[in-house]
Amino acid sequence: MTDAEAYPFLTEIFHDVFMRDDIVLTPATSAPDIETWDSFKQIEIIVAIQEALGIKFATSELDRMGCVGDLVGFIVARTAG
Amino acid sequence: MMLSWLPVVTDWRARLRALAAAPDWAAAVALANHRLDFIQTNALDHVLRKAFAVPPASLATRPVRLAILGSSTTLHLHAGIRVAGLRRGIHITVFEPDYGQYWQELSDPGSALHDFRPDAILFALDAYHLTAGASARLTQPEADGLVDAKLAHLANCWSLARDAFGGAILQQTPLPILPNLLGDNEHRLPGAPASILARITASLRADTAGVDLVAIDGAAARDGIAAWHDPAMWHRAKQEIAVQAAPAYGEHVARSLAARQGRAAKCLVLDLDNTIWGGVIGDDGMDGIVLGQGNALGEAFVAVQNYARELSRRGIILAVCSKNDDDRAREPFLRHPDMVLRLSDIACFVANWEDKATNMRAIAQALNIGLDSLVFLDDNPFERNLVRRELPMVLVPEAPDDPALVPQCLADAGYFETLAVTDDDRARAAQYQDNLTRSALRANATDLDAYLRGLDMRLTWRRVDTLSLARTTQLINKTNQFNLTTRRYGEAEVAALAADPAGFALALRLIDCFGDNGVIAVIIGRPSGPDIEIDSWLMSCRVLGRGVEATCLNLVAAAAAARGAQRLIGIYRPTAKNAMVAEHYPGLGFSVIERGADGSRFALSLANFVPAATFIATEEEIT
Repeated sequence: MTDAEAYPFLTEIFHDVFMRDDIVLTPATSAPDIETWDSFKQIEIIVAIQEALGIKFATSELDRMGCVGDLVGFIVARTAG
Repeated sequence: MMLSWLPVVTDWRARLRALAAAPDWAAAVALANHRLDFIQTNALDHVLRKAFAVPPASLATRPVRLAILGSSTTLHLHAGIRVAGLRRGIHITVFEPDYGQYWQELSDPGSALHDFRPDAILFALDAYHLTAGASARLTQPEADGLVDAKLAHLANCWSLARDAFGGAILQQTPLPILPNLLGDNEHRLPGAPASILARITASLRADTAGVDLVAIDGAAARDGIAAWHDPAMWHRAKQEIAVQAAPAYGEHVARSLAARQGRAAKCLVLDLDNTIWGGVIGDDGMDGIVLGQGNALGEAFVAVQNYARELSRRGIILAVCSKNDDDRAREPFLRHPDMVLRLSDIACFVANWEDKATNMRAIAQALNIGLDSLVFLDDNPFERNLVRRELPMVLVPEAPDDPALVPQCLADAGYFETLAVTDDDRARAAQYQDNLTRSALRANATDLDAYLRGLDMRLTWRRVDTLSLARTTQLINKTNQFNLTTRRYGEAEVAALAADPAGFALALRLIDCFGDNGVIAVIIGRPSGPDIEIDSWLMSCRVLGRGVEATCLNLVAAAAAARGAQRLIGIYRPTAKNAMVAEHYPGLGFSVIERGADGSRFALSLANFVPAATFIATEEEIT
């Protein structure tokens, strides 16, 4: 997946997880930008990505997922090749 | 795949939005009865809690106030539990004390837990909590003491809960998530955490009077522990149960709560052809159906029957609902040597050509049980969806195409979840002995038109050619029931009939929203003076009751008119198996020319023919 593909992919997940279809993601989007983005929602987002792509993030990766740009970076890296 | 017995949801976002805009309990229940993942479950729960913070009035079920007493994070499990309750029409209010406070809350009569007044308590103690203190260092007596202490703690919890609240007590079985230290013979290291956990788990099953197990360990064993537990999420958020397993976890909890209200299914209704044997009894005959040893498919159908019979031995009523002639459908039960089920196992046997929703009503009425007590097992998605649409309270599993997978599917669905077995249960099968015998069915109240309209059916036709010759010939020679003349032809004869420019030989295929049903009908017309005589008309019984016959006639009439014919002549030649089509032509508007024991002739004038309106589009196949 490229950056350009990862954003719409991730946007769909955000829309489902937060039950809103007006969320627009930028690389800088992070928890304070979305009202109900707490640690539970963070886990839901991560698990949704893992299930959709059939991958599993490492604990060390999970620690470095602060903003949407980070998520996209890991998605692109883990789906490369 | 979790919740694999539930149908996949379509139009998910639109339906959820509609529900949020106009909350309706029945619509919410309907939506909950789909294969929802954890995100969809959370979303539905969000709408549910907004619209129904308190139970709606006049529910047929008893609302439940459930307290979860856990030793780690369980907040992410609430939605799955509430939605699984909703699936059964039960409103569940969930409470949990502050993190790690279960013991204090239980012991303190002034606690928020006591204020909540639960009528059900779920103990969800994680494997680490239950084995705290376990270590390879422990001697055997120390390990024994630890197990005893843990079991005493559990017994104490149950007793406190029982004394304080008096309701249901549920105990989640531990998940076997602790890594072995020895290996396959871990039990020989008494203090090992996995050893201690295994002993606690075994004790729970040996003696838990008054406590109902929520046995997620079995589900996790089938799905794979990785589907239920993620060590990374344990370390991150102290979630012993992975969030993606929350819908399945909720199922197990809600099943137990429903069973306690007597809301488990009571009756398994079985389709016959391709459900409990392979093939179509009416066409394939006793020798042709696939059932019995020596053949993998035949053995798989035996296993389905065995599972059904074992269910009946523990109190589940069995019924049959089949599109067949009654005597034909009964024949294997009476005479097939490999049948496990016998007529005496079937409390209510309904084989006819009515739509199955009507027959399900008749079965519920005959057995004097609610429609919501019926589980309907049928291999045919058309029938499943008709029943779901007409009777949403009937439980209809997405039966796997492979019969080998059917018994586990029924078990996974948990429709018959029962907390204990009574003598009455064991005797039930004998109480119901085919008490409904071909009785007149109640008036048909099924809105078939609405269902058929939504099926998006297309009848495609092609002149029989080299591509379709083999399949056409096969159908001509094996179709017994819906076959007007039962004339058998070899490939060369069929090819010759097809080549006659004054006649026609059509192979018809039905496609609907469930997929391509393949070639389902063959119609052959031959010139006969100024008319065209329908030499052969045969059809698969699988597509009966959808207006296919009338649509076929529209095509045939057009084909005959194109060849300049004045009339269509229909012939019925009775055989031992085709009584069902004796009135086929009169039913389509033909007038009688002559009737006789050896055959009848009918005619339809093409000049006045008005094509019947059906819900089936037609098109010519071009390849």
